[in-house]
Amino acid sequence: MTMPAPDFGPTTTDEPLLSLRGVTKSFGAVEVLREVNLDVRLGKVTALVGDNGAGKSTLIKGVAGIHTFDGGDYRYEGESVHITSPKQANALGIEVVYQDLALCDNLDIVENMFLGREITSAGLLDDATMEKRANETLAGLSVRTVKSVRQKVASLSGGQRQTVAIARSVLWNSKLVILDEPTAALGVAQTEQVLKLVRRLADNGLAVILISHNMNDVLQVADDIAVLYLGRMATQVDAKKVTHAQVVELITTGRLSTDPPPAAVAVAEEESTNSAVTNDQEDQS
Amino acid sequence: MSTMMDKELENAGEVPDNRVTSALSEYFAKVRGGDVGALPAVLGLVVLALVFTALRSETFPTAFNFGNLLNQGAGVIVIAMGLVFVLLLGEIDLSAGYTAGTAGAVLGVAVTTHGWPWWAGVVVCLATGAFIGLIIGLLVARMGIPSFVVTLALFLALQGVLLQVVGEGGQIALTDPTILAVMNKNMPVWLGWTLYVVVIVVYGGLTFRRMVTRRANGLHAERTTVWAFKFASLVILLGIVVYLLSIERSVNPAVTSITGVPVVVPLLLVLLVGTTLLLNRTSFGRHIYAVGGNAEAARRSGINVANIRLACFVICSTMAAVAGIVIGSRDNGITPNTGGGQTLLYAVGAAVIGGTSLFGGKGRTLDAIIGGLVVAIIANGMALLNQPAGVVYFVTGLVLLVAASVDALSRRRTASTGR
Repeated sequence: MTMPAPDFGPTTTDEPLLSLRGVTKSFGAVEVLREVNLDVRLGKVTALVGDNGAGKSTLIKGVAGIHTFDGGDYRYEGESVHITSPKQANALGIEVVYQDLALCDNLDIVENMFLGREITSAGLLDDATMEKRANETLAGLSVRTVKSVRQKVASLSGGQRQTVAIARSVLWNSKLVILDEPTAALGVAQTEQVLKLVRRLADNGLAVILISHNMNDVLQVADDIAVLYLGRMATQVDAKKVTHAQVVELITTGRLSTDPPPAAVAVAEEESTNSAVTNDQEDQS
Repeated sequence: MSTMMDKELENAGEVPDNRVTSALSEYFAKVRGGDVGALPAVLGLVVLALVFTALRSETFPTAFNFGNLLNQGAGVIVIAMGLVFVLLLGEIDLSAGYTAGTAGAVLGVAVTTHGWPWWAGVVVCLATGAFIGLIIGLLVARMGIPSFVVTLALFLALQGVLLQVVGEGGQIALTDPTILAVMNKNMPVWLGWTLYVVVIVVYGGLTFRRMVTRRANGLHAERTTVWAFKFASLVILLGIVVYLLSIERSVNPAVTSITGVPVVVPLLLVLLVGTTLLLNRTSFGRHIYAVGGNAEAARRSGINVANIRLACFVICSTMAAVAGIVIGSRDNGITPNTGGGQTLLYAVGAAVIGGTSLFGGKGRTLDAIIGGLVVAIIANGMALLNQPAGVVYFVTGLVLLVAASVDALSRRRTASTGR
């Protein structure tokens, strides 16, 4: 874990990799994103949290080029860019790991990792090179949970699948990896593995955006927490500076009442944990 | 949860060893897990051969009948190899049989009626197949009509086209010697053995080199003993086949001598090598499997799913056109019934019996050949048993059902064991 920044606020060590300023997006009359600001830095895990309908997905799809933002400034590596397609985002080094992972069960790990971007020599697949690079990538992420990169994805556990999907996203010299609810369907042990992997991505120097409904995951692994509330960015704070209860309060009300007295914290925390659980259940359905 | 972690730790610590027993146990675990591959078809082939040998020991296991078997099965096998491409996508082409007939009729009209050279006839024949495939592909991939409906419609429509072109009760005779040679001539015995040696050396050399270089690069490679076993089996099996085809198999050698590997065998070999290369060693082939496995994942990986679908239907129908040439050559002509009757059912049966999944994503063209031989043996053996056509149809239908059940069960097993 990195050292917490001195002030209450996002860690401001260097120029952010991705910087959104005043981004807006509407679908017809519905204003989904209103003047959203977001900073994502290399080597940091930025958690993006918010209740259902807060605009997390829309924001991510805009960053990944699936939608185009209506207005605002999209700055990447210090330059203003206009991204209109997923391919363009990929070319910039932005990769998204979707919740359903998009893996082919009938193909093996190497085949899945290189799907659509196979390495060929003289028109034929260069399986040896692909297998080597897949092994290197997995080793670079310290993944030891997969026995062979030649086993079919159908034979993998949920955590292993998530690992493969994440490994695929870092294969292409990507700089920003966006993970959509990577632990939603996993058990305790596998969640732990995946969170370690997420941390390792950032420690390897990548910028990571983590979307999650699980506050424990977020507080465990994130450096920054960006809270969306009804299409606005409620705040982006240093994860070290907030408590579980405060994050939940930000998610549910969009603002923070004055710091509660120490005695009240425990109670509030307990209550909000309960409400967070309720939220989680609603999200699952 | 802890067991899951333990298991993964166990896996992590497992070192691949070099013993044959572990290779065997790995294979059995694979089969138990539902990945049966061509195993049922190979077993079926052996059992059927033994049963018919026992029942008709004087006619079935003869060199003459063996030569016949290949000729009887060739048309169905070629259609089945094409069908593998659409079955891999989880689609179906019910019109492939009449595509063969129609393309064959175009060949007949070009060569016999208009006197074109054989190669020009073959070109228009293949173009006809490709055109039919293009229409099916456009309707399925672009319009989004289920392939079952599109090809059922074309099954009827092409039957009509064939009837119009050939004429009711008519026939377009094929007299071109090159076309007829495909199914009626054999290669000289020495050429058959030369081909055998070339195939063995090329296959053995390529697979051995692959194994050695992969091992040198520290990649997952086949065990040497397993490779040697596969190679030796191929040498022996193909050796027996070429030997049987090289001995005199004429019923009356004094009148006509029949020896040598039929010309259709190298044709099948070329199609097998070509399609296998396409499916296993090119990006295009990989994308076919991906679309069959998870079309949405393929789309998100930047694969143009509609184009892959289109291409597979074109390949399937073009292969059917090749089958049209093969069937026309065998029958010395095209009739309104060429490619009709049970041809298509046999071809689908061949692919499925060989281990191609009807659910998409799994299958090889080699399986189509093995499955095609199973179908051919049933038809051939039942005929030798003097069974009426009705019984042959019935038994073949049952075999197809059994094969489809094996497919469905192995799929369920795969889902439950997570293999």
